[in-house]
Amino acid sequence: MAEIVLDKVSKRYPDGALAVSEVSIDIADGEFIILVGPSGCGKSTTLNMVAGLEDISSGELRIDGERVNEKAPKDRDIAMVFQSYALYPHMSVRENMAFPLRLAKVDDATVNRKVNEAAEILDLTAHLDRKPANLSGGQRQRVAMGRAIVRNPKAFLMDEPLSNLDAKLRVQMRTSVSKLQKQLGTTTLYVTHDQTEAMTLGDRVVVLRGGHVQQIGSPQHLYDNPANLFVAGFIGSPSMNFFPGQIAEGSVRSPLGTVPLPDRLKDAVQAGSGQRDVIVGIRPEHFEDASLMDDASRERGGLVTVKVDVLESMGSDAYAHFTVEQSEAIESAELAELAADSGRTDTGSDTGFTARLSAATTARAGEPIELWFDTDKLQLFDPSSGKNLVSVE
Amino acid sequence: MTTQGPNPAETAAGSTAVAEPAEDAKRGNGKKNGKSALSEGKRAERRLAWLLCAPAVIVMVAVTAWPIIYSLWLSLQRYDLRFPDDTEFVGLDNYVAVLSSGYWWTAFGVTLAITVVSVAIELVLGMVLALVMHRALVGRGLVRTVSLIPYGIVTVVAAFSWYFAWDQVYGYFTGPDDAPLTQTIPSLLIIVLAEVWKTTPFMALLLMAGLALVPDDLLKAAAMDGANAWQRFTKVMLPVMKPAILVALLFRTLDAFRIFDNIFVLTKGQNDTSSVSMITYNNLIKGLNLGIGATMSVLIFISVAIIAFVFIKLFGTAAPGSDTEGRR
Ligand SMILES: Nc1ncnc2c1ncn2[C@@H]1O[C@H](COP(=O)(O)OP(=O)(O)O)[C@@H](O)[C@H]1O
Ligand SMILES: [Mg+2]
Repeated sequence: MAEIVLDKVSKRYPDGALAVSEVSIDIADGEFIILVGPSGCGKSTTLNMVAGLEDISSGELRIDGERVNEKAPKDRDIAMVFQSYALYPHMSVRENMAFPLRLAKVDDATVNRKVNEAAEILDLTAHLDRKPANLSGGQRQRVAMGRAIVRNPKAFLMDEPLSNLDAKLRVQMRTSVSKLQKQLGTTTLYVTHDQTEAMTLGDRVVVLRGGHVQQIGSPQHLYDNPANLFVAGFIGSPSMNFFPGQIAEGSVRSPLGTVPLPDRLKDAVQAGSGQRDVIVGIRPEHFEDASLMDDASRERGGLVTVKVDVLESMGSDAYAHFTVEQSEAIESAELAELAADSGRTDTGSDTGFTARLSAATTARAGEPIELWFDTDKLQLFDPSSGKNLVSVE
Repeated sequence: MTTQGPNPAETAAGSTAVAEPAEDAKRGNGKKNGKSALSEGKRAERRLAWLLCAPAVIVMVAVTAWPIIYSLWLSLQRYDLRFPDDTEFVGLDNYVAVLSSGYWWTAFGVTLAITVVSVAIELVLGMVLALVMHRALVGRGLVRTVSLIPYGIVTVVAAFSWYFAWDQVYGYFTGPDDAPLTQTIPSLLIIVLAEVWKTTPFMALLLMAGLALVPDDLLKAAAMDGANAWQRFTKVMLPVMKPAILVALLFRTLDAFRIFDNIFVLTKGQNDTSSVSMITYNNLIKGLNLGIGATMSVLIFISVAIIAFVFIKLFGTAAPGSDTEGRR
C-alpha cells in the first residue's frame, strides 16, 4: 500500500519529443486512478516513469514520501500488467506467477501457498500447469494479473490491460478488475484510452492530452463539469454535441434557438458585458422527444425542430442522429483532435449531432421532429481557449 | 596450389550439404500424404504444386542424389587411379581399413575438438556482438556492416592473412625462433582463432534474428518482477530465443565439422592438424585412391547426419522453414 505523488513530472525523449509535460498527480493510498486520453497523449510514458522503465526528465516522483526517481524498477516494489500481458512463453502459468517470488528468494512453501491463493482468486487453479500459449485471451489476462498480485506490491500499474480482449469479455473483466482492486485495496494506476473504462473503474480520472493534464476528478465530476472542450468531448458516450453560439442579455443564441441562460451560468457569464461568442455544448442524453414531455417539464427547457438523418434503436432507448440548419462548423483544435481520435473524420460523419431519446419516440428517419433539451445542462465554452466559462474545480 | 585450394573444399562441402534439402523435400512429402480426404480443388492445387516443384527436384536429384549414390558405390570398391586395372568390389573392406586407421581417428578427434571449441567461442562472442548490435542506439547500420566484414572475406584470403601473421619467417606476431604453425596445439589454436574470427559475425547475425523474437514487454515485465540485467538475460531472453540459438548452433556445427580451407592454408594438415575433410582430400585428390576417399566422404556424411539428428531430435531444434519454427 502506498501513496504515490507525481510532482511536475516531465519526459523528453532523446529524439527531442516532449511526451509528458509537468504532470502532477497525488494518488492516495488505496486509490484507483485512471489515466485516460487519446492514443499518443503520453499515458504509457507516464506509467513507465512511475514503474521506473523510463527515466524522469524533470520533476519528482515520490512513493510514500520518498523520492524514487533514481531507483531501479525492482527496487520500487511495484507490479505492472501489460497490454500484451507479457507472459513468459517458456514457463507454465504456475511458474509465471511464481517468477517474482522466486526472484525475491521466497521459500518454496510460501511460493506455493501464494500462487495457489492468487490462482484461487483469479479462477486459474485448473490451468496452473498449462503454458500461456494454450490459454484463451481472458485467461492470459488473468495470469498477468496473478503475476502482479502474488507478491503484494505497493502499487499496481496497468497499461491498457483489457484492450486485447473482445468487447464482451472486456466488460466482464472490467468488473473483476474493479472487484479485485477493492478487495486488495492496493493503490492502482490504470491506463486506458477507453472513456467507458475510465468512467466505470476509477475513483478519480486524469484526462491527458498531448502530455498535459486537462483535468483530474471523479468520473461524475468530469461528466458534470468538464474543464474544457477536450474533456467535454472525451468523457461521455456518445460524445457531447457542440454548436457555435452567442450570449447576450441573459440568453444564449445558437442553432438550437434562443434560450434564457440558466441561473447556474448567469453569474459566471455576466462578467463580460455585451455580446460574446461561445461554444454551446449539450450531451445527447439531455435531449428528449418533445412529444413525450409533460408541459411542466417542457417549461424548463428549450425546443428545437430538427431533421432526423438516422435513427438507431437500442431497445432501451434510441439514438437520433440529426443535422440543424445554419450551423457552421466549429474551428477548434481540441475538437479536431477528438474527431481524429474517434475516427469520425475518416467516416465523414463530422457534422452530425446525436440525441438520446426514449424508446417510445415517434421519430422517423428523414422526418423532422421537435426535440426538447435541458437548458440547465448546457455547457458554455470559450471559442478561443476552449475553457469552460464556468470553472468548477 | 593456392588456386586449387578451395575447389576440393567446395566439392567436399557440396557432397555433404546436400543432405539438408533432400531431407526437407522428403519431410514435406510425408506431410502432404498425411491427410486423406481432399476436395477436387485441393488435389488440383497439389498437382500444380508438384509440377512447379518438379524442375527443382530433378536438378537436385541430378546434382546431389547422384553424387551421393555414386560415392556410396565407390566406397565399396577397391579403386585406385594409380592401379586402374586392380579395381574390384570389396564390400565393407574400405570401411574396415579407414575405421581401424589411427590417421582417421586422429583427424576425427582434431575435427571434433576444433568444432566444439570454435562453436562454443563463437556462440559467446556472437551473443555479445548480437546484443551490442541489437541495443546500439546510434549507427546501428554501421556497426552491423563493420562487424560483418570478416564474414564477407573469402576464407582462403583470410586464412592467408592469418598465415602471414603467424608464419615463422614473415609473421608479424612471431619472432625468428618462434614457429607456432609447426607445433600441434599452437597450430590448432590459430586454426580455431581463424575460424572464430571469420564466422562469429554469421553467428551474431543468426542470434540477432533470435533477439528480435524477444518482445520488449517481456524484458520490461521481468524488470518489474524484480529481475536484474543478468537474470533478465538468463531467465527470459535465452529461453525465449532458444530455438534461434539451436538453429545457429546447428548451422555452425555442421559447417565447422567440415573445416578445410583454414587448415589447408595454415598448416596443410602437418603435425596432426588434419581434419577429416583434409585427409579425405589427401586420399581422394592427392592419393588418387577413389575407394578410400569415397569411404571417408561417406563417413563424413554420416557424421554430419548424426549431428543434425541429435540437434533436431534430441534438442528439438526446429528445422528452418518448418511450421514449428518460432512458434511459442
Ligand atoms: N521511445 C520513444 N522515443 C521517442 N518518442 C516516443 C517514444 N515512446 C513514445 N514516444 C512518443 O511519446 C508520445 C507519447 O507516447 P505514449 O506514452 O506511448 O502514448 P500513449 O500510451 O498515451 O498512447 C507519443 O507522441 C510517442 O510518439
Ligand atoms: Mg500506450
